[in-house]
Amino acid sequence: MFKSFRGGIHPQDQKQYSRDKAIETMPVPAKLVLPLRQHIGAPAEAIVAVGEQVKKGQCIAKSTGFVSSPVHAPTSGKIAAIAVQPHPVFGTSMAIVLEADGEDAWQEGVLVERDWRSLSNSDLLEIIRNAGIVGLGGAAFPTHVKLNPPPDKKIDTLIINGAECEPYLTADHRVMLEWPDKMIEGIEIALKLLGLNEAVIGIEKNKADAVAFLEKKCQGKPIKVAALETKYPQGAEKMLIRAITGREVPSGGLPADVGVIVQNVGTLAAVSDAVSHGKPLIERVVTVSGGLVKEPKNILVRLGTSFAQAVEWCGGLTGKAAKIVMGGPMMGMAQAGLEVPIVKGTSGILALAKSDIGGGKERGCIRCGRCVEVCPMGLAPYLFAIWGQRDNVEAAVKEGHLLDCAECGSCVYVCPAKRNLVHYIKLLKAKNAAKRK
Amino acid sequence: METLNDNRLIVSASPHVRSQETVASIMWTVVAALIPAVLFSIWQFGVKAALVYAFCIGGAVGCEYAIQKLRGVEVTIDDGSAFLTGLLMAMCLPPGLPWFMCLFGAVMAIAVAKHTMGGLGYNVFNPAHVGRAALLASWPVAMTSWTTMPSVLDGVTSATPLGILKQQGFEQVVAVFGNSGNLLQAMFFGTRNGSIGETSTVLLLLGGLFLIYRGIINWHVPVSMIGTVGILAFFISGQGVTGALFHMMAGGLVIGAFFMATDMVTIPITVKGQVIFGVGAGLLVMLIRTVGGYPEGVCYSILLMNCVTPMIDRFVQPKRFGVGGERA
Repeated sequence: MFKSFRGGIHPQDQKQYSRDKAIETMPVPAKLVLPLRQHIGAPAEAIVAVGEQVKKGQCIAKSTGFVSSPVHAPTSGKIAAIAVQPHPVFGTSMAIVLEADGEDAWQEGVLVERDWRSLSNSDLLEIIRNAGIVGLGGAAFPTHVKLNPPPDKKIDTLIINGAECEPYLTADHRVMLEWPDKMIEGIEIALKLLGLNEAVIGIEKNKADAVAFLEKKCQGKPIKVAALETKYPQGAEKMLIRAITGREVPSGGLPADVGVIVQNVGTLAAVSDAVSHGKPLIERVVTVSGGLVKEPKNILVRLGTSFAQAVEWCGGLTGKAAKIVMGGPMMGMAQAGLEVPIVKGTSGILALAKSDIGGGKERGCIRCGRCVEVCPMGLAPYLFAIWGQRDNVEAAVKEGHLLDCAECGSCVYVCPAKRNLVHYIKLLKAKNAAKRK
Repeated sequence: METLNDNRLIVSASPHVRSQETVASIMWTVVAALIPAVLFSIWQFGVKAALVYAFCIGGAVGCEYAIQKLRGVEVTIDDGSAFLTGLLMAMCLPPGLPWFMCLFGAVMAIAVAKHTMGGLGYNVFNPAHVGRAALLASWPVAMTSWTTMPSVLDGVTSATPLGILKQQGFEQVVAVFGNSGNLLQAMFFGTRNGSIGETSTVLLLLGGLFLIYRGIINWHVPVSMIGTVGILAFFISGQGVTGALFHMMAGGLVIGAFFMATDMVTIPITVKGQVIFGVGAGLLVMLIRTVGGYPEGVCYSILLMNCVTPMIDRFVQPKRFGVGGERA
């Protein structure tokens, strides 16, 4: 039996488009847009002026608190503007616009070879923080915060998230196959920081090649590989922890409450780059896919590259897109256009045709109970639509346990009446947050 | 969404992919699962049964159309739910019921049971059974007049097995069919009298299993309801296994348990709640059959359990993740 959790769904994984495409490096575009908010926490603050020349790897916006993260120039060039720009998550955000000079020249002294074993934990955390590393799985939570849990939380398990349960996405899969040494080094660094002896990599069994490959690679290392059932949302932190350790993160709690820290595979590869070679986070692997992309690919791309440029590099679109999505189709964000920049949390860019998205007219709930059956959090999602329509925030929070919902979208996926439950859930959460203020 | 003909994109909340299943696909799949039993009943009872089907389905669909037009809401007769209500109601009626009664039942089902509550999804009671109950209250004689089946089938009388049981006892039921083996065989294959669509246990069972296989219904309701009847009958019918098998196949139990007690709208939403529903309905069936005034109680047992569904949903809630510690 493969490890799993209660509930969940089995959408078509759609990974056939890009699963066998090796990571391809995309050329640096002429213009890069670098939002100051690419992470959870306080926005970074620009420390360059318009017109200034910057080098690749130079810090151009500094972190403004503990839960914050700096931004670095992904290439050398001139600061063309610091202005409000489109943002794939927030709609718009202050951003630094960089005109590339084509030299792609590193700043002096950024690249340094270091042996992580000889560095202290505080040095390691400082390096990770200054490199602007955040969770690359999509949530973009600053990594130095996660790897430095409060001392009252006793951590006994490090889990590496290679589940990649979202349909279409294959970026993590390719990282595991192509950059295993970097990733393993990142895991060893994380183990040192947490003072642990062993880590577990969780991988869905639809990536059997990665499971077998990493099992071999990790022989003799303090790293185990756990094959997980292919079921969405296997890669959600709480479900992953449940599947691997049998522990349930308590309602309202964090993984650290059950002694677990979870890190994404790509994030740890970035940690290794930063610690051992001094490379800040200036690029990432993005899956460009969907039925409409001419040549779906996994690309290594500089942050700030626009979706349009990335799609163009993949041969453009073969038809009219109904939706452009950043991230996976289950939890990603629908975009109003392609003129938005790739940010640290961009795991995928999907161009979906009407036939890919399915759905149809929203009808009345027939109480079929499919949503209750699949909800991995054990909620009754159908009620949120009713509370949402009636504006009953209090009942949704108290009776429906609204804040337990991670918006995985399983309920909407299965709903035969095509009810937009996550829409109502997001609405209720926003209203609840506004009320508390 | 449909009016987009330029290059604008749809920007809506996640998720951005959906399953193929729709309300209409569910309803029409249930209709398809009933077709073998429907064909058998038309072969068994002939044109009389076909007419009941036609008036019930036509009445239900026509009534839904008229009401939705009057209410000024979207006409949704294509979703198959009114068709299914008419079909299921017809299957629970005696063959040869006059056309105006069929129409009356259909109007009670659709107009009263369904649309006064707000339409599909909001009704408390199973519409098909409300239609049947209204007919039984209005024309008790017509509703219990069982026309003799055509001569293609031997060894049947004009009363239903449960009717004979109520009035003359189990020995007489067995006597009518010759021996208990013949009786159970007739109950299983459907060569017995009864409401139009309830006679053939085997074809209804096949339809029900098809729905379970397709994931349209789960097994919990039919198994708990029929199982409860079987266990009770084993102990109180005085006929042991024969009595248990007889009661499990008799009357409208099989069609009720697989096709009406699984009506998503009117039963609890959690599996645990559905088991409570099934057991409760099974208890009521045996209570009515053995103690009550009617020979058969499936219709009322389901309607009564429909009443307590909101209460079951209130008390039986899914097990939340992250509450109550570790689960291995």
